[in-house]
Amino acid sequence: MLSESLFFSALLFTIGVIGVLTRRNAIIVFMCVELMLNAVNLSFVAFAQVYGAAGQVFVFFVMTVAAAEAAVGLAIIIALFRHRQTVNLSNINILKG
Amino acid sequence: MLLQHAAGAVQAAAHPLSGTAARYMWLLPLLPLLGFVLNGLLSLLPAFHAGPTDPQLAHGDGHAPVAHDTNAGGAHGDDHHPVARHRYAGLATLIGPGVLLASFALALAIFAAMLGAGGSGMHAPYVQRYFSWMPVGDLQIDAAFQLDQLSMVMILIITGVGSMIHLFSIGYMREDPGYPRFFAYLNLFVFFMLVLVLGANYPVLFVGWEGVGTCSYLLIGFWFSEKANADAGKKAFIVNRIGDFGFLIGMFLLFASVGSLDFVRVAELAPGQLVFGGAVVTAICLFFFLGCAGKSAQIPLYVWLPDAMAGPTPVSALIHAATMVTAGIYLIARSNVLFSMAPVASLTVVVIGAVTAIFAASIGLKQWDIKKVLAYSTVSQLGYMFVGVGSGAYVAGVFHLMTHAFFKALLFLGAGSVIHAMHAAYHHTGSHDDAQDMRNMGGMRAYMPVTWILMWGATLAIAGVPPFSGFFSKDEILGTLFMRAGHSTLADASWLGIPGSAVLYICYALGLAAALMTAVYMTRMMLYTFHGPNRTGDEERKHLHEAPWIMTGPLVVLGLFAVFGGWFNLPELIPIGPVGALEHWLEPVVGAGTLRTTLGTTPEATHSTEYALIGVAVLIALVGIGLAIARLKPERLVPKAQSPEEHGFEKVLVDKYYVDELYDDVIVQPVVRGSRGLLWRGVDVGLIDGLTRLIVQGKDDDAAPGRVPMGGLAARSVGWLGSQLQSGRLGTYAWVLVVGVLFVLGAFTFR
Repeated sequence: MLSESLFFSALLFTIGVIGVLTRRNAIIVFMCVELMLNAVNLSFVAFAQVYGAAGQVFVFFVMTVAAAEAAVGLAIIIALFRHRQTVNLSNINILKG
Repeated sequence: MLLQHAAGAVQAAAHPLSGTAARYMWLLPLLPLLGFVLNGLLSLLPAFHAGPTDPQLAHGDGHAPVAHDTNAGGAHGDDHHPVARHRYAGLATLIGPGVLLASFALALAIFAAMLGAGGSGMHAPYVQRYFSWMPVGDLQIDAAFQLDQLSMVMILIITGVGSMIHLFSIGYMREDPGYPRFFAYLNLFVFFMLVLVLGANYPVLFVGWEGVGTCSYLLIGFWFSEKANADAGKKAFIVNRIGDFGFLIGMFLLFASVGSLDFVRVAELAPGQLVFGGAVVTAICLFFFLGCAGKSAQIPLYVWLPDAMAGPTPVSALIHAATMVTAGIYLIARSNVLFSMAPVASLTVVVIGAVTAIFAASIGLKQWDIKKVLAYSTVSQLGYMFVGVGSGAYVAGVFHLMTHAFFKALLFLGAGSVIHAMHAAYHHTGSHDDAQDMRNMGGMRAYMPVTWILMWGATLAIAGVPPFSGFFSKDEILGTLFMRAGHSTLADASWLGIPGSAVLYICYALGLAAALMTAVYMTRMMLYTFHGPNRTGDEERKHLHEAPWIMTGPLVVLGLFAVFGGWFNLPELIPIGPVGALEHWLEPVVGAGTLRTTLGTTPEATHSTEYALIGVAVLIALVGIGLAIARLKPERLVPKAQSPEEHGFEKVLVDKYYVDELYDDVIVQPVVRGSRGLLWRGVDVGLIDGLTRLIVQGKDDDAAPGRVPMGGLAARSVGWLGSQLQSGRLGTYAWVLVVGVLFVLGAFTFR
């Protein structure tokens, strides 16, 4: 049971990483980040079966933080869109010296 | 502090001094430190920014600053305008001398406790450990104080004479705008000096040693708005660095060979771990002596002391005559175990001391500045002290240190009171003549009778006329030196191939000659200053007056000690009181070293020899005084402005053998030229700037605009590579991140 859960978690995480790396749409990148977070949540829950409830508690923290992050992240994307009329990350390259 | 102190007291529970006033010995230096902090704060208050450079005080009517030749001209700095007294001068007066008098009172209490605890019978020093200062492997250095008979003598001199000089300064510095600053420095000096003599190991002593050097620098340049004064301070500091280098090397060698730097441990271990007369102990002693030569102004490092006269006169009295410059003698007396094991090094000390004594005395013969005469006299007398401690007569050296502190402090303060009067007189008339030149003085006896009588007392003391104090101490040094020439480890050794015995006899002759010169130049100073007609000027003469009681009072006290100080250590031959009191007192500290020097026996000279030696010494002093009175005619002197140039050897003496010029040509100028030509123009501008230009800027600064200089290529390509890392694309950054994480994970997995 544990190894299957972990395998599934790793799969989700990898999909998330690949999404972040390859996609250009900010919203999709954002969703992929959420995917990565939830992949980690999954492994927390899986480990909680073996090592006790601490993992479950952590999941709540992660979900709280992820919710806050989603709010802030989406707000940034909206502000970005208002400013540049695009959410394509290829066109947003002002983060440099 | 209290807790640590309590711990220290427990450690030394068995000592006869524990539980007495001596347990408060940490207060001795702490009181002056407190005074320094308070006075320093006073001098920092905004109202006190009226330093010597204050525009409102200095030369308000637009005439150029007066360049006095030595511009150490007393209480008024250099301006002839009424100076507002410092607003908190009264407070500073209470604090400055107050803390020192308290310290002196405590010193007396501790002295009484030592007498009660057996005095000279107390064989182990009373050590208080406060905390571990440098625990590095084998090197264990504690912040610890040690009280024994030698440090007690030094403490009494420092706090006693120091108190007198502090009191004198109240009058002398009365109108100086930097009044609290002066007392702050003076208190700080006393603090460090007490640390120096109380330290229980060489590093703590070194802290005091450096501290007094700093205070000396600060006080020489007290009137720093004159460049000459600031330069004199720097000179003192830099010359002393050479000596301190020697002291440090000596300490390193001592630790490497003996394994401890505690005085007690070194005294225990050194005789076993070092070879008598061996190269190591000789090297240690010679390096120590280099430090002493710097601090105590011996050849070749004496040049700073005459320049140090740029400071206020009480400073010259306290630091550059009575206490700090005697630190070298203290160090050798403290290290008597080592020096008595190194006859060759001891011989070197004697030779340098004797040569310095006569060399400085001869310069003193032709100086016109009253303070310069006293400065060279101090150098010369310090030479005597080194002859004493070098020849293993540690008691005689310390005895002369003590009597010299009395009479030389008196001489300096007396000179200060003369300068004070001269300055006040010139101040009244707005004259810019030199207030320190003896050619401008003369006949001061009529105006300052108290100073006149006291200074004659001190002069007779330094000249060695019985029964004044200097006679006993100088005679003891010369007499012991004569004995040592016949029978001691020094006489058996050889110095640069010359038998030690011959060297000592020659040094004895030099010492006698220097004594003759001492009598001559001191009498000359007295004659030219106090006797004959007055040359100050008709207008100025009316304003000459005796100093106020706060200045003459300390002079009287010092005068008593200068006259009767000999009673502290009377020779057996003249039993007009307790015989050899100081000798008995110091016996536990220096007795072993003295015995080793004298090959384990106390040589008994025949009484006829001793009478002959004393007779010769007295004769020489009287001849010197007589010669000066017979040959020097103060009536023939003319004021400085009209004086003719000297010629021949006289000019050489006036110009101090051109030693300063020699040092300037041989050492200072090459260093300056090397720094300018090689280090600045060559290395800095040529090499470093050149390389920088080549790499960063291209060949020259003014390349045509728009043209890329060839030399900038390296910098540009490195910069381009760096800029490519920052594309601004989030995707790239994410890739770098993921690759990095994979790399780290991989490294952990497959290591």
